Amino acid sequence: MSAKLVIGLDGQGSGDRALAYAKRLAKLIGTCDLIIVYVIEWSPYSFQTAEENAQRHKRRDEEIATANDRIMEPALASLKADGFNARGIVRHGDVADTLNAICVEERAEQLVVSRSSEGGFAKRIFGSSTANLVMSASVPVTVVG
Amino acid sequence: MNIFQKSMLTVGAAFATTAPAIAQEAASMDERVNAAFAKATGPFVNFIFAPIPGTSFPWIVMWLVIAATIFTLYFAFVQLKYFGHAISLVKGDYSDPNDAGEVSHFQALATALSGTVGLGNIAGVAVAVGIGGPGATFWMILAGLLGMASKFTECTLGVKYRNEYEDGTVSGGPMYYISKGFKERNLPGGGFLAALFSVFCILGALGGGNMFQANQAHAQISGIVGDYPGWITGIIFAIVVFMVIVGGVKSIARVTEKVVPFMGVLYVAAALIIILMNFDKIGWAFGQIFAGAFTGLGVAGGMVGALIQGFKRAAFSNEAGVGSAAIAHSAVRTKEPITEGFVSLLEPFIDTVVICTMTALVITISGQLMIDPATGNYILDGGSIATVGGTSGVALTSAAFASAFSWFPYILAIAVILFAFSTMISWSYYGLKAWTYLFGEGQTSELIFKVIFCIFIVIGAAASLGPVIDFSDAAIFAMAVVNITGLYFLMSIVKQELISYRTRLQSGEIKKFHN
Repeated sequence: MSAKLVIGLDGQGSGDRALAYAKRLAKLIGTCDLIIVYVIEWSPYSFQTAEENAQRHKRRDEEIATANDRIMEPALASLKADGFNARGIVRHGDVADTLNAICVEERAEQLVVSRSSEGGFAKRIFGSSTANLVMSASVPVTVVG
Repeated sequence: MNIFQKSMLTVGAAFATTAPAIAQEAASMDERVNAAFAKATGPFVNFIFAPIPGTSFPWIVMWLVIAATIFTLYFAFVQLKYFGHAISLVKGDYSDPNDAGEVSHFQALATALSGTVGLGNIAGVAVAVGIGGPGATFWMILAGLLGMASKFTECTLGVKYRNEYEDGTVSGGPMYYISKGFKERNLPGGGFLAALFSVFCILGALGGGNMFQANQAHAQISGIVGDYPGWITGIIFAIVVFMVIVGGVKSIARVTEKVVPFMGVLYVAAALIIILMNFDKIGWAFGQIFAGAFTGLGVAGGMVGALIQGFKRAAFSNEAGVGSAAIAHSAVRTKEPITEGFVSLLEPFIDTVVICTMTALVITISGQLMIDPATGNYILDGGSIATVGGTSGVALTSAAFASAFSWFPYILAIAVILFAFSTMISWSYYGLKAWTYLFGEGQTSELIFKVIFCIFIVIGAAASLGPVIDFSDAAIFAMAVVNITGLYFLMSIVKQELISYRTRLQSGEIKKFHN
């Protein structure tokens, strides 16, 4: 059985740094599966208009397709080109909770994420996803700076 | 002084200083709109509110009460048995994590509530208590509890028979379940009833979902900045609504949808504080409610008068049996249509049993309703109870809250405007769905409805409360006539769903995903 590493992407440069580090780690481990995850921030408790609700299924499909096209497929193509065993997951939800849930589902050895790119007011009020993850994760977490 | 107050005062001051001739002309324009509107809608209103021969009891009220009672008994008190399960569903305990990103039970409930919680809870309750006395509250609560079963029935069918289009969008509501359900059961007349419902839904959207909202929003604003012609408020509202529903300025709707729940919480919190501040009067207030429910305590029509007002305003506020909620709830993502039925039964509970009761208690406790000390009965002024400042509708609620917090009318004005606006946006969608069911989808067809909708905002703000509330009630209740007829023929389908779901829930086949 090979080790599994889960890598959280954020669609920005910081996610690429997490991916680069995970590649190095995977080479050191040897036989290793890489699972790259992109979480679309979403809450089941947000408020929407009736029209938004009626179109939600369509929008969700569009959001997943965009995430796959712009983030997941280029990342998977680069990993496969380098000879890694990799697959991707795109899911809606709270970033920290969803990444942790996927690690548990996949029985991952470790989770690799980048330092949060959030800043300012929102971070002060709600804290960053990375900080929340480090505090609540069920598997070891590596935070790439 | 905030920007809102400044701008409202500026508007008020501008009109106060306008030449008297123009003011007179503007006032007579309101009168002309009012007279024409009352004349045009009179026969429809008279038919809907016709009394049962030999009594003073409107047949439509009996229709709603009997339906809610039948659904309650037919589904063996589903509103009590599945209340806890409904809360579990809203919390997401049974939501599949793979469906994350779809419309959740909470979102469908919140959206439907934003269409119902609003002026019905603030102004409508004041009308009920102002005419029927505190006793009307008892009947309102009873109607709310029974109405939970009506809502359960219609929302289950709304999800089961919705249309899911190839592009991923959905449309649902009574027009769909009546036409598809009747066809499935080989019953005749489904197409006709669905079309008739759509006609009444359009009228309901223009009445209770639009004119009543504009009218009471104007009453609230003019109560603060001074009297000025209603059509001005109407035009301002119409422009903003037009920007959202035609111009696609989603940011306005989005802000409203986010602010409205907070206003709702603020309203309930203020009501609770007032009730707690007067805790020594709570027992007396409930005494008035119970005594008034069975004796009327001198109100016009006595016990029957209190009952009619209670049931009427409860139905207008929570819309149980009307069919509008089925349109809003049908967008949820679930494999089990009945789960949305369970969730929807919380709606009349929150709307009527909790929020309407709060308003009624505050009005009763505040002492705005005048009592004859000699008899203990309420003093009548025309058909309604005399109030301290001669107020009615939203102004009565405002005065009741102001008796505890002098600044509350300002908060209430903002709440009323936001509630009115969010209800208008919700009903513009319900009306549009009915319109497109009748006339087909397409940009021109949709634009015609949206423009008509905006014109009615101006008429609603200009007309006086009497004709507007009569037409609004009549249109909403007309929807219930058709919808409930459909529900009687389709309720056995809901029963099958309920039995199947209950069996699978008990056997453990339906499991919680979260604890």
